[in-house]
Amino acid sequence: MQPDPAPSSSPLRIGCAAGFSGDRTDAAGPVVEALIAAGGPAFLIFECLAERTLALAQLARRVDPDHGYEPLLEALLRPVLARCLAHGIRIVSNFGAANPRGAARRIAGLAAELGLAPPRIAVVEGDDLGSAEKRPLLEAALGDAAGVDGALATMVCANAYLGAEPIADALLAGAQIVVTGRVADPSLTVGPALAHHGWPRDDWDRLARATMAGHLLECGAQVSGGYYADPGYKEIPDLAHVGYPIAEIDADGHCTITKPAGSGGRIDAHTVTEQLLYEVHDPAAYLTPDVVADLSEARVIELGPNRVRLEGVRGHPRPATLKVNVFSEQGWLAEGEISYAGARAESRARLAAEVLRQRLPSLGRLRVDLIGSGSVFGDDAGTWLEALPRGGARDVRLRIAALHDDRAEAERLPREVTALYTCGPAGGGGVRTGLRQRLSTRSCFVPRGDVPARFAMLEAT
Amino acid sequence: MSEPRIVPLYRLAHGRTGDKGNRSNISVIAWHPALWPLLVEQVTEARVAAQFVHRRPTKVTRHLLPNLQAMNFVLDEVLDGGVNDALNLDSHGKALAFLLLDLEIAVPQELQAHLAGRDDD
Repeated sequence: MQPDPAPSSSPLRIGCAAGFSGDRTDAAGPVVEALIAAGGPAFLIFECLAERTLALAQLARRVDPDHGYEPLLEALLRPVLARCLAHGIRIVSNFGAANPRGAARRIAGLAAELGLAPPRIAVVEGDDLGSAEKRPLLEAALGDAAGVDGALATMVCANAYLGAEPIADALLAGAQIVVTGRVADPSLTVGPALAHHGWPRDDWDRLARATMAGHLLECGAQVSGGYYADPGYKEIPDLAHVGYPIAEIDADGHCTITKPAGSGGRIDAHTVTEQLLYEVHDPAAYLTPDVVADLSEARVIELGPNRVRLEGVRGHPRPATLKVNVFSEQGWLAEGEISYAGARAESRARLAAEVLRQRLPSLGRLRVDLIGSGSVFGDDAGTWLEALPRGGARDVRLRIAALHDDRAEAERLPREVTALYTCGPAGGGGVRTGLRQRLSTRSCFVPRGDVPARFAMLEAT
Repeated sequence: MSEPRIVPLYRLAHGRTGDKGNRSNISVIAWHPALWPLLVEQVTEARVAAQFVHRRPTKVTRHLLPNLQAMNFVLDEVLDGGVNDALNLDSHGKALAFLLLDLEIAVPQELQAHLAGRDDD
């Protein structure tokens, strides 16, 4: 049974149970229980598409046309699907990735397997610009990058960031589950807010506020104490059981961020501010397909323990163009690691790197890391590591990485790292190597009118 | 009058790195409102550019958010191509906030009570 639709002035609750592909599959349960306990209209979202995730999904679909959606789809949904459908909690997610229809069919199959009445599942489409007919559009948008270095010649996929409108339309048409491919992450929240509150679609202030609510939700636990803890400075209780966030969005679009009672983590002005600015460039102009959000006068207000309200967000008319990410095959990434420990470990690791440089001149740029002395702060060219004082680190893991167009050439790196066992400096151990295809990405902008975003209900089978 | 003390920025502020393509953004959020003017004065575009000189930023932009006692730095082309192109283990540049938080800040005596952490950290 569906509960009666609530009046649009009641607060809307949106829980987020995933912030990336590969997030915890036990996150949704407590969020769903909290939404049920609170009562009232509620949605559950899963954000599963980082920049690179969609390209990997497209490669998976090439291998098997039935795949190409979130690999954890079933693991994410199985624990909560019945509870959500029974309590009228609707689900919105970009877990469709490169194959939203495939994902929708899998969800329908899961519902049948669980003995549930067939849910109404909508699929949002139009983001995929990989077809031949869209080639001229991409050529124009990419400019020099299209031809000169061949972004289109080895293209894996091209997807536009769609906005909230097709999601809202699908919900207004009665969808209980909305499956998308590439949409802007905050649009997963704006869609339900738009459908529930019935705002005009050019109500830029409200859209901007809902967008920033979505921005706070879209990385899952990153707003509630995850990715924040720093002992002695930033203490987070029960981090191992960090609670995933719930936004209460009022009729004006303002949000209050909270989390399930009894869960770990912390929501305060500092955790919220860190996430508010995450992946933001100009705070006065945060661009999304739905609106240009302006955070320059934003305020975060602590209402109580684990309850923070965001106010002061304003909006400006949405951009005329949509962002498109184009992914292309770009050679092979070869990596190898080996550990040295004890006296003169760093010197031995540096010697091993020198041996590899002399053995692999044809690989061009070799990235060297001395994990334990210096690694991730450094640049690929090695200027930072070169300037680092030679130290006496006693536990150093050498890492070497290179990129090459030719797989056979790239394969020489793992072989040479392995050969350090018998041919390298004394005492090296724990060799690990890897070789994988690399994807490069370019962004461009296309006119909104060239990307016909739409939704379709999955036909019952 | 006593000399100001030199401490790392992480005693005054916290932050997080985000990435989009080959661009990194790093927030710097004051631990206490009283420390905010010090951040505005000393955590400048020029000093941040110098801290990241080996990453060869083509541009460093500072955005101020006084309501939040926070600033947002945008560093262009510091990720060796970004998440899909860099050879760095941390191709997102997730760790870079902690490089920025190593910046040295001079703190006058009257503000030292607001510092986070301890002297022996």
